Amino acid sequence: MKNLKWFVLAAVCILFAVSWFAKASGGDGVDNSVLDAFLVTLAAFLTLAIMSFLYQDNPYYKFAEHLFVGVSAAYWMCLGFWSTVVGNLFPRISEGLSNFFLVPYQPGPLNFFFAIPIILGILLLMRLSPKGGWLSRWPLAFIVGTTAGLNFVRYLRSDFVKQISSTFVPLVVDWQGFGHFFSNISLTAGGPLVMMLTNLVIFIGVFCGIVYFFFSKEHTGVFGKASRVGIWILMITFGASFGYTVMGRISLLVGRLTFLFTDWLGIIG
Amino acid sequence: MKRQIPLALVFVFGLFMIFQYFVPHEKSEWVYEFLLDWILVIGIFALALGIWSLYKVSVDKIRARKENWAYSYVTLFGLFVMILFGFTAPNGESWGLYAVFVTTAILTILMIIQTMVAKSQKGLYLGLAGLFLAASVVIAIFDGAWSFHFYTAEGLQNYWFRAFFDHILIPILSTMFSLLAFFIASAAYRAFRARNLLASLLLISALIVMLRFNPYLQPIMGDYMAKTSNWLMNVPNLAAQRAIVIGIGLGIVATALKVILGIERGYMGKG
Repeated sequence: MKNLKWFVLAAVCILFAVSWFAKASGGDGVDNSVLDAFLVTLAAFLTLAIMSFLYQDNPYYKFAEHLFVGVSAAYWMCLGFWSTVVGNLFPRISEGLSNFFLVPYQPGPLNFFFAIPIILGILLLMRLSPKGGWLSRWPLAFIVGTTAGLNFVRYLRSDFVKQISSTFVPLVVDWQGFGHFFSNISLTAGGPLVMMLTNLVIFIGVFCGIVYFFFSKEHTGVFGKASRVGIWILMITFGASFGYTVMGRISLLVGRLTFLFTDWLGIIG
Repeated sequence: MKRQIPLALVFVFGLFMIFQYFVPHEKSEWVYEFLLDWILVIGIFALALGIWSLYKVSVDKIRARKENWAYSYVTLFGLFVMILFGFTAPNGESWGLYAVFVTTAILTILMIIQTMVAKSQKGLYLGLAGLFLAASVVIAIFDGAWSFHFYTAEGLQNYWFRAFFDHILIPILSTMFSLLAFFIASAAYRAFRARNLLASLLLISALIVMLRFNPYLQPIMGDYMAKTSNWLMNVPNLAAQRAIVIGIGLGIVATALKVILGIERGYMGKG
C-alpha cells in the first residue's frame, strides 16, 4: 500500500513534467512561454487534485486545500494593505509615506484623527498579549457598536420597511371593460388580469410565509390554514432556489471542464 | 474598566450611527464617512492578527507533529510566497536578480520556521536563516531591477502575484464550488421523492428551473419553460424570499438593539 502511494506520486510528477514540457514546446499547437506552460499545468493539477475528493479524501486534495488557505490569506492581506493602508491611510497621515508609495498626498485639517484607528488597531493586536488582552475589546467595541448602529437603520429600511411597502400593491386593477381585463394573458405579459393575480400571489405569499414563521401561536384553525399556504409557497421557493443553485454549480463545473479540455489538453478547439 | 468602557463605546457609537441617519447634515455625514474609514483601517490590523494566528497554528501543528502536520508547510509556503510577491515586483521588463532574491527570502522564512519547530540543531537553522537573510538584503540593496513599492491605480502589478491568483486561487475556488454539483445531485436523488404535496411542489419547481437551462429542450419546449421558470423566480419565489428577508431583517434589528443596549455581550468574550 505504501509503495502504491509512492508510485502514484511518481506518476503524478511525471505527468506534470510531461504536461509542462508539452505545453512549453507548443505540442498542443499553441505557443506558450515556459512560465505560462507551468502555470496552466499547475492550474490543471490543482483542479484535478480538488476533483479527486469525489473518490475520497487524499493527499493531493489536502495539498491543494492547504495551499489555498495560505495563498488566499496572503492575497487578502496584500490587497488590504495596498488598497486601505497605502491607498486610504498613508495619503492622509504622512506626505513622506505618500511620496514613497507614489500616492497623491491629501492634506486636511482633521486628518490627525486618523491616528485614532491606528491606536485602536494596535490595541487590537494586544490580544496577543496574555496580560493586556482585555485592551483589544476597545477596538472591537468600536467596530461592533458602529456596525450595530449602521445595521439597525440599514436593515430596518431595506429588509423591513421597503419589503412591506413593496408588498402592499393594488390587488384590484383599474377596470376598463372585459376586453381590456382579459388581454395579454401569459406568464410574461403585463395584462390587467395577470398583474392582479401576480400581486395577489405576492401579497398572500408574503403574508402566509410570515404566518408560517410565527411560532408564538399554535398553527390551528384559520391561522393553521394560512401557515399551510405559507409552507406551500416556501416549498416552491426552496425547489426553485435549489434548481438555480444546481445550475450555477453545473455552470462552474462546465467552466472547469472547459479549462481542462481546451486550455490544458487542447482537445476542444 | 475592563467591561464598562467597551459597553460605553458600543452604546455611544451605535447610537451615533442611528442618530446620524435622522440628521442628514453635512457634518454628521462627514463624521459617518470618517467612522467607516476607521473601521477599514482597524480591519487591516484584524487581518494581520488573522495572518499571525494562521502562522502560529501551522507552526504549532508542525512542532507537535499533529495529524497532517506536513501540509502546514504547504500553507506557510503559500502564505509567505504570496506575501513576498504582494510586496515586491520587478521594475519594467528586466528581472535582474529578482528570482534569486525571492529564493533567498523564501529560504530565510523556511529556516526561521524550521528554527521554531526543530527540537535539535536550532543553531544550524538559525545560522542558515541569517545567511539567507544577509544574501537577500544584499540583493535588495544592490539590485536595482526590482523594488518594494509598486502600487498603482491599476492594482498590484507583480506578474506572479496575479499568476498565483489566476492559476491557484481561482481554479481551486471554482472547482470546490463545482464539486457541490455532484453532492447536490446525490442529495437530490435521495430527497426528491414525490411522497406528498409539499415534496411534489419542491420537486416540480426545481425541475422547471433546472430544465429551463437545458439547451437540448429549447427546440422542443420553445420558450414556455423559460417563461414558467421566470414566473416561478419572480412571483412565488419573490413572495417567500420577502417573508424570509423580513424575518431576517427583524432579527438583525433586534440583535443590533441588544448589542447597543449592552444586553448582548458575547463579543467581549470571557474575563
